[in-house]
Amino acid sequence: MTEFLQHFVNGLSVGTIYALIALGYTMVYGVLKLINFAHGDVYMVGAFSGYYLAQVIGVGSPYDPNGPGGLEIFLNASLVTLGAMMICAVLGYAIERFAYRPLRQRPRLTSLITAIGVSFLLEYGFQLAPVIRRPIQFPPGPSPRFFPTLLARVPYEFLGVNTSNYDLIGLGVAFALMLGLQWIVYRTRFGTAMRAVSFDPQVSGLMGIPVNRIISGTFMLGSALAAAAGIINAVSRPKIDPLFGLVSGLKAFVAAVLGGIGSVPGAMVGGLVLGAAEEFVAGYTDSSYRDAIAFTVLILVLLVRPTGIFGRVTAEKV
Amino acid sequence: MRLVRTLGVAFLAVLAACQEKKQEAAAPAPAAPAQTAAAPAPSDTILIGHVASLTGEQATFGESTDNAIKLAIAEANAAGGVKGKKLTLKTYDDQGKPEEAAVAATRLVVQDKVAVLLGEVASSRSLAMAPIADNNKVPMISPTSTNPRVTKDGDKTRPYVFRVCFIDPFQGTVMAKFASENLKLKSVAVLRDVGNDYSVGLADFFEKKFKDMGGKIVADESFKAGDQDFKAQLTAIKQKSPQMIYVPAYYTDVALIGRQARELGLKVPLAGGDGWDSSKLYEIAQGALDGSYFSNHYTDENPAPVIQNFVKKYKETYGTVPDALAALGYDAANVAIDAMKRAKDLSGPSIRDAIEQTKGFQGVAGNITLDADHNAVKSAVVIGIKQNKAGYVTTVEP
Repeated sequence: MTEFLQHFVNGLSVGTIYALIALGYTMVYGVLKLINFAHGDVYMVGAFSGYYLAQVIGVGSPYDPNGPGGLEIFLNASLVTLGAMMICAVLGYAIERFAYRPLRQRPRLTSLITAIGVSFLLEYGFQLAPVIRRPIQFPPGPSPRFFPTLLARVPYEFLGVNTSNYDLIGLGVAFALMLGLQWIVYRTRFGTAMRAVSFDPQVSGLMGIPVNRIISGTFMLGSALAAAAGIINAVSRPKIDPLFGLVSGLKAFVAAVLGGIGSVPGAMVGGLVLGAAEEFVAGYTDSSYRDAIAFTVLILVLLVRPTGIFGRVTAEKV
Repeated sequence: MRLVRTLGVAFLAVLAACQEKKQEAAAPAPAAPAQTAAAPAPSDTILIGHVASLTGEQATFGESTDNAIKLAIAEANAAGGVKGKKLTLKTYDDQGKPEEAAVAATRLVVQDKVAVLLGEVASSRSLAMAPIADNNKVPMISPTSTNPRVTKDGDKTRPYVFRVCFIDPFQGTVMAKFASENLKLKSVAVLRDVGNDYSVGLADFFEKKFKDMGGKIVADESFKAGDQDFKAQLTAIKQKSPQMIYVPAYYTDVALIGRQARELGLKVPLAGGDGWDSSKLYEIAQGALDGSYFSNHYTDENPAPVIQNFVKKYKETYGTVPDALAALGYDAANVAIDAMKRAKDLSGPSIRDAIEQTKGFQGVAGNITLDADHNAVKSAVVIGIKQNKAGYVTTVEP
């Protein structure tokens, strides 16, 4: 029983990250019908932005008795997270503006290939040897970096299951962000505009909605969420390197499909379910199948219920 | 307008294709400058090539080895060089990827026409380089690759590939014997890196010997290098209550595994092989690996004069204590230099014959005699970690 619960808790911890990244995928797909394969790399850039920000503002170790006190730790962590989110929002805007917008009138395949191109650009661009060295080494190069500890880790144990404040805070922040996103999408004018554009971009434009601005805003929102995921992940799993966004991004895409691509609660649920499934399969059977489970789920979902858990089956009206 | 844009893109593509990838060692050596010419070495110097993982997951391995090789070459040049010629070194970074190691080896052998190829430290990358050395008849000496397949192609010994370290059948036995006889353990779990020849081979040899000695392998889990989350595997291992977890992987993953094991409440010691040897291991683990052990090629605590001299020189030149990678890099370079002195000329086959006859060569990491399989028969040391620092525990003879 303890093993089952421990796997479940581990799965939630891993699933939170997938859920946050999947939110970005799902929003961009909903608005543009485009699968933004570069999103996993935006997550990577978010983690690195946090790393560089932490270096620049000089975050001390929270374990150091002469180091920062409780309030300063909280401020540092918030600054790093919000700063990374803003940097990635700008990155999301830039990607949309320069890589996707010129191709909006072209067939969808063209944008898909461009997305893959942007993904490679980010991955391999970050693996180049550092060009500027002060105040930060950018690009970081292929060697892995270690994210500084922003918060002291407090282990919790209940019913034999080991967890920590990292997992709880991560889950809390993810839920808060998801609720915030739901509020934006369903209770604000911007959200209504987003839903209108996802329904029919041309007619929305005719109704006076600034389509370009809405789409840019969607990208910025999704990228900011990916950055938040990057920071939450980096705090508990501190190793970051330019290629680590690739696998997480793909799994988050599967999570978005599982939950119903285009649905915000679907992305959240899909992420958590996929994380739990991964942990159970890796823990109870051969752990080398860990990465395979995500893609098996993808195939099963597409065969059995292509619209996903929360997706609505929309009949095409001719 | 469209024509201009198309021409612009075509121009950029041609520019990118013509761009020669310049991959050089990061910092120039203090005494021996690395030659940067792309043309083959002029006839009054001998060019030695080195393929190293200067960046990537095992960056410290490449750096240590490269530093030590530079030291060895500087010393040889100060003593007059080989056959009246000075030695120069060309190092390419393979970023820790086997494909890049093959590309770098090909470039060194075909384009730069090196006399001897040194590298790589990791078995998977040496395996990528070995056929290239054989096909081009350039002798290759690996400092620390321990997988037996590096020097043996099926049943045949590869004619141009050598190594100056022990091999994994022995290394797996070392830790199995230590766990069984010294620590008196009966049940061990194994956590291997399934994408890495070194890790898989070493895990297999350890399991075989430990079972032969009457122990039980209670769990055999795997992960992939670059994974960040090992909790699924560690939770499964925790359920089987092992007395020790054998993790024959490289230092970045091992340190993270150590941390996550402690986070899950797993208090048993970990054990591993020479892939643990890096200063970064302790930096990342921050105490999570206290009470763990790993097998290694040498220890800087050995009071023998040849070792302490080397430690002193390395510390003066580079400011850090040399690890096993540095010691073996130094030995590999010196074996190559010694062979070139004994060879009748500087062609690939002659140097190869001379290397093959290396017997009783006094290296820093032990006495090197190459056997029929081009491997060195040497003893291993077991290092224990206490208070986040390494400490010598015992020596195990072959």
